[in-house]
Amino acid sequence: MSAGPVGTRARVALVLVSHSQRLAQGAVELSAQMAPGVLLLAAGGTDDGGLGTSYDRVSAAIEEALQAADGAVVLADLGSAVMTVESVLDMEDGFDGRVRLADAPFVEGAVAAAVTAHGGGDVAEVLASAEHAGGTFAVGAETPGAAEEPGTTDGEPAADGGTRAVVTLRNPLGLHARPAAVLARLVAGFDASVAIDGVNGASVLELMKLGAAGGQELTVTGEGPEAADAVRAVVEAVEGGFGEV
Amino acid sequence: MTLDVAWADRWTRLSAERITAARDELTELDRQIGDGDHGENLDRGFRAVVAKLDGSASGEQPPAQIGDVLKLVATTLMSSVGGASGPLYGTAYLRAAKVTGLAELDAQGVVALLEGALEGITARGKAQVGEKTMVDAWQPAVDAAEAAANAGASPADVLAAAADAARAGAGATVPLVATKGRASYLGERSAGHQDPGATSTAILLEAARDAATA
Repeated sequence: MSAGPVGTRARVALVLVSHSQRLAQGAVELSAQMAPGVLLLAAGGTDDGGLGTSYDRVSAAIEEALQAADGAVVLADLGSAVMTVESVLDMEDGFDGRVRLADAPFVEGAVAAAVTAHGGGDVAEVLASAEHAGGTFAVGAETPGAAEEPGTTDGEPAADGGTRAVVTLRNPLGLHARPAAVLARLVAGFDASVAIDGVNGASVLELMKLGAAGGQELTVTGEGPEAADAVRAVVEAVEGGFGEV
Repeated sequence: MTLDVAWADRWTRLSAERITAARDELTELDRQIGDGDHGENLDRGFRAVVAKLDGSASGEQPPAQIGDVLKLVATTLMSSVGGASGPLYGTAYLRAAKVTGLAELDAQGVVALLEGALEGITARGKAQVGEKTMVDAWQPAVDAAEAAANAGASPADVLAAAADAARAGAGATVPLVATKGRASYLGERSAGHQDPGATSTAILLEAARDAATA
């Protein structure tokens, strides 16, 4: 099986395991907003819907994931949820290496993994994305005042050989989770390495960590074969205001 | 008395009876140093196990080997217990099942079953002896079983040695300070209480012993 084009079918599905059915479903809902088209499955609560984890629910979700995707990355919230996932993987001998349990914070890891899966990452890449989430998810200080008025574009991007541009965030809320995910997905679709204010443009968490507020200028740089197109696309997306202006 | 699939079935049903009888005692022990749900969780789990055994007796293919019974116990406990003892006991029965694809256990087979269970619990819970967990009952049980088997004891006597050692091991957790699991949050205050997981381990191994002499 080969990877489909970005956005049509992710190679990796996510299974989110929580003691709480509602927590698992909420994490699926949040991640789905960041990464539409990625198969996200909730396995929360006991068989009767109480607090706890169910071997059957976890096992069924993993099997469903593997029917639709090449592999699956699992995130779990607390002690016995982790133990239950480990038990399922043990029992099935790791599903021939197609399933991995991430040692990652539940919500942050799920969001990061979903966006990487959306970009066409394989199991190892999605796993790494989840596991790096804990260290990168510290939202930077917001700049009070800057969010008060909508930003204005500064007209033509200050192109520098087609790989560098400066653009002003127009939407009042700035680079919060949803726009960060939009940009990260966009960047992942190009054969280029894009940095936004010096951080990896393909990482939703690094973008969120910038804490960029409305009205703030962002410096976009790109390297690689499609760098010019990638930078232009980022500038257009930012100027479009992410549908929030 | 041979240790065959009928014994495994008796052991499982007797475990369920004993856990139900000890439900309040286990819950009280867990209330002192944990979250107070050990008795209730295990009782729910073993009731579900018996329901599966009954279901397979009436409709589906009944378990043909000891390992099949243990695997049924494993998957059912994992699914229905809810708390940490689900995956812990579930993995114990699962690993025990893997080493007993046999129609009948000899003395070394009993040792292998117990070793598999202990290995599953330590793999899942990462606990060691002296941390006031179920390992403090399982490890002496395995040691006693090995010694008995090496001394030429019968399979039933190997089980009896294991059960007695597990019960003594559970009692010996009283002065220990917990360093794993929920009870570790209590630190020094966990001393003076018997560990509920070690206690349920003793109950299960006593059921194994008694099912072999019934």
